[in-house]
Amino acid sequence: MAKVLVVTSGKGGVGKTTTTAALGAALAQRGDKVVVVDFDVGLRNLDLVMGAERRVVFDLINVVQGVAKLPQALIKDKRLENLWLLPASQTRDKDALTEEGVAKVIADLRSRFDWVICDSPAGIERGASMAMRFADEAVIVTNPEVSSVRDSDRIIGMLDSKTVRAEKGERVEKHILITRYDPSRAARGEMLTIDDILEILATPLLGIIPESQDVLRASNVGTPVTLSNAEGAPARAYIDAARRLCGDTVAMQVPTERKGFMDRLLRRRAA
Amino acid sequence: MSMGLLRLLRGNKASAPVARERLQILLAHERGLRGQPDLLGVLREEILAVVSKHVTLDPTKVIVRLERGDEVSTLEVDIEVPNDFEPKRVAVG
Repeated sequence: MAKVLVVTSGKGGVGKTTTTAALGAALAQRGDKVVVVDFDVGLRNLDLVMGAERRVVFDLINVVQGVAKLPQALIKDKRLENLWLLPASQTRDKDALTEEGVAKVIADLRSRFDWVICDSPAGIERGASMAMRFADEAVIVTNPEVSSVRDSDRIIGMLDSKTVRAEKGERVEKHILITRYDPSRAARGEMLTIDDILEILATPLLGIIPESQDVLRASNVGTPVTLSNAEGAPARAYIDAARRLCGDTVAMQVPTERKGFMDRLLRRRAA
Repeated sequence: MSMGLLRLLRGNKASAPVARERLQILLAHERGLRGQPDLLGVLREEILAVVSKHVTLDPTKVIVRLERGDEVSTLEVDIEVPNDFEPKRVAVG
């Protein structure tokens, strides 16, 4: 049965698009058929992070408005057989995302894929509410920082009231994904702890992605981080998160400070 | 020197517990308001309607502010009335 998953956060810049690309690639690598859908109309970026920016012909709005058929707008990933992208429009107005139109596209995608992953824009406006509207599950991307946690709480409230599932009296299954986690700052008590965040948001944890150069490098070259450096800490954390989404039980790895000889040496030099 | 010892010497306290406490208080309040009509908006409209019955007002010159304190909160209503205002005749009865 197809699952519609929204990657959302309220706050911008926390890692929604990175997460959409990484989870999409990780799920496709498991053999599931996956489409990642960019809902950030006017400010599309998932195409860039996926390395497909030069292959966009039609987009979500074209399909919603019936200008293009869904198969014409879907872009097949060059690295993974099972991974597809439905880009957002760069120019059109976000009001073009009508609820009826989006409902049709999502229903069509459900019939073709195992996972429909919707990359939400920041904010709580139309784009964000349309991205979550038809979701079965939600990944709430949260940074260990007060404004991000506050916005996540607001988004959780919307998931519990403004989605089709919520209106039918059903639940959207919610998961917190903590990104940009910096173990050394956590050790110094400068950053909200994992336990603090989970207690405040009262929502189960899907994974902890450490702050890492790998993530920036991956977006620089247009490859999901799970493919660009599959052995790196963020990739492994995303792959574990994808396994948990599929129902596997995977022990949670809390990133710890690396205290190798070189690290100590470099830190001493830097100080 | 360890980070903990450094912090002790500098007299800096970890800021994360402060963040946690501020969030808990704020979110408890915001969750309570969720789904409620916008109280300040409603108050502003109703106050405006009452005062406009008697005085001609510029709706943009009516400011309603709410300041939350620990013990009590204050509601501040600031209505700018032109000096040469014409009291409206209101039918009585």
